[in-house]
Amino acid sequence: VTEGPDGSSAVAADPEPLSGLHRLLLRGEFVVTAELETTDSADPASIERAAQGLRGTVDAVNCTDNSAAHPHVAPMAASHLLLDAGIEAITQFACRDRNRLGLQADLLGAAALGVRNVVCMTGDDVGAGDHPEAKPLYDIDAIHLLRIARTMRDDGRYLSGRQLTDPPRFLIGAVENPFAPPIDFRPMRLGKKIEAGAEFIQTQICFNVEKLRIFMARAADLGLLEHVWVLAGVFVPRSARGAWYLRDMVPGIDVPDAVVRRLDGTLPDAQRAEGIELALEIVEEVRSIPGIAGIHLMTIRNEGAIAEVVERAGLLPRPATVAHPVA
Amino acid sequence: MARTLDRRPPPTSPSPKGFRKALLLVERQTKEAVYDCRMCGQCILHSTGMSCPMRCPKNLRNGPCGGTFQDGSCEVVPSMKCVWVQAWEGSRKLPLWRDHMEHVERPVDWRLQETSSWENLVTRRDRYVPDGWDERGHG
Repeated sequence: VTEGPDGSSAVAADPEPLSGLHRLLLRGEFVVTAELETTDSADPASIERAAQGLRGTVDAVNCTDNSAAHPHVAPMAASHLLLDAGIEAITQFACRDRNRLGLQADLLGAAALGVRNVVCMTGDDVGAGDHPEAKPLYDIDAIHLLRIARTMRDDGRYLSGRQLTDPPRFLIGAVENPFAPPIDFRPMRLGKKIEAGAEFIQTQICFNVEKLRIFMARAADLGLLEHVWVLAGVFVPRSARGAWYLRDMVPGIDVPDAVVRRLDGTLPDAQRAEGIELALEIVEEVRSIPGIAGIHLMTIRNEGAIAEVVERAGLLPRPATVAHPVA
Repeated sequence: MARTLDRRPPPTSPSPKGFRKALLLVERQTKEAVYDCRMCGQCILHSTGMSCPMRCPKNLRNGPCGGTFQDGSCEVVPSMKCVWVQAWEGSRKLPLWRDHMEHVERPVDWRLQETSSWENLVTRRDRYVPDGWDERGHG
């Protein structure tokens, strides 16, 4: 990884925070974010309702971009509605459904609608979704998108070089999966993402804490951790079936047998509570890993459990993140 | 940055004939047979452990997605080994260019599809970079 000639780094960024989330990260708070699958409703109130349980519980809410290749309310629109409701939003941008023109237009449009945090990713394959016959685009990859977003913000230019009238201001994030092969390359890929422009990372779901520990140690060896905030992904399973689903149906997630056995060995009525216990143990473990700046909580139809995990982990009350008023 | 915007396509002549056509045929025959090449016309095989990144169903040029199965197979085509697992292993065996796995590769120029990367290398047509692509990087 090469240093930028301007010597810029994420942590020593300009003193004016780009977003509420950025302000907390700069202050060194242990941040909590959560994932919100946007709704299938044209009713604007549906988004606020879906996020209601997360208000005051997490610092920012990720609006997913057609997660698992199923269409839902556009993340840009959902983010705007969350901001209106006073909830800090993180807008996801996947490369599956838009080419470089569409992505740049939406980055700019999202910024105009008040979005101050973005996360760039490749996106699941269309085969995982309900439109497997669709044409996936993948015109550019996540690393290209990160650099394009960074260039739009810092240099005020499109990829073509054409000048923007007013550049967007947002904190730029990426994802990484420390748990999938090629394991030895993953820290280098993190380095590439930082070089391309990422300032924070949300990891894939962590059940195997040892792998995350090794990944972070390697990232530290490569000198990457001064340039990026890493949020560890933690899943709150609702039942043993939830753990099976992740192990068997979601590619790239390492669910150790011990986790599945533990939930399998719990009576069905007690599985939800056991899932919360499991998540709490992982939160406790990842907090002790040097360089982990926060957690990113995920669940499937079990949003109430997120509040419970945050509370019992002793992470409440959350510091106020003032969502940005829409210009 | 005071560079003016160059709207011209990269220099080339249309449909290859004669020697250029022969070159295209030879490149296609050999690279398709050996590397399952997809003729993107901007070859980076040596930077990716001799594993063609265009075989990746997501056309990723900068490394694997997050969906690789624990056994190293591709999430989209599970019968296939992840192109980037192969690239990583292949790059470790190369005497040169190992560090290229850490380089940020530029976006694909889709106009070069089905053209000869050998010709594009000589004519430098494969060096085309959009004006707003920042090669120096951040962080």
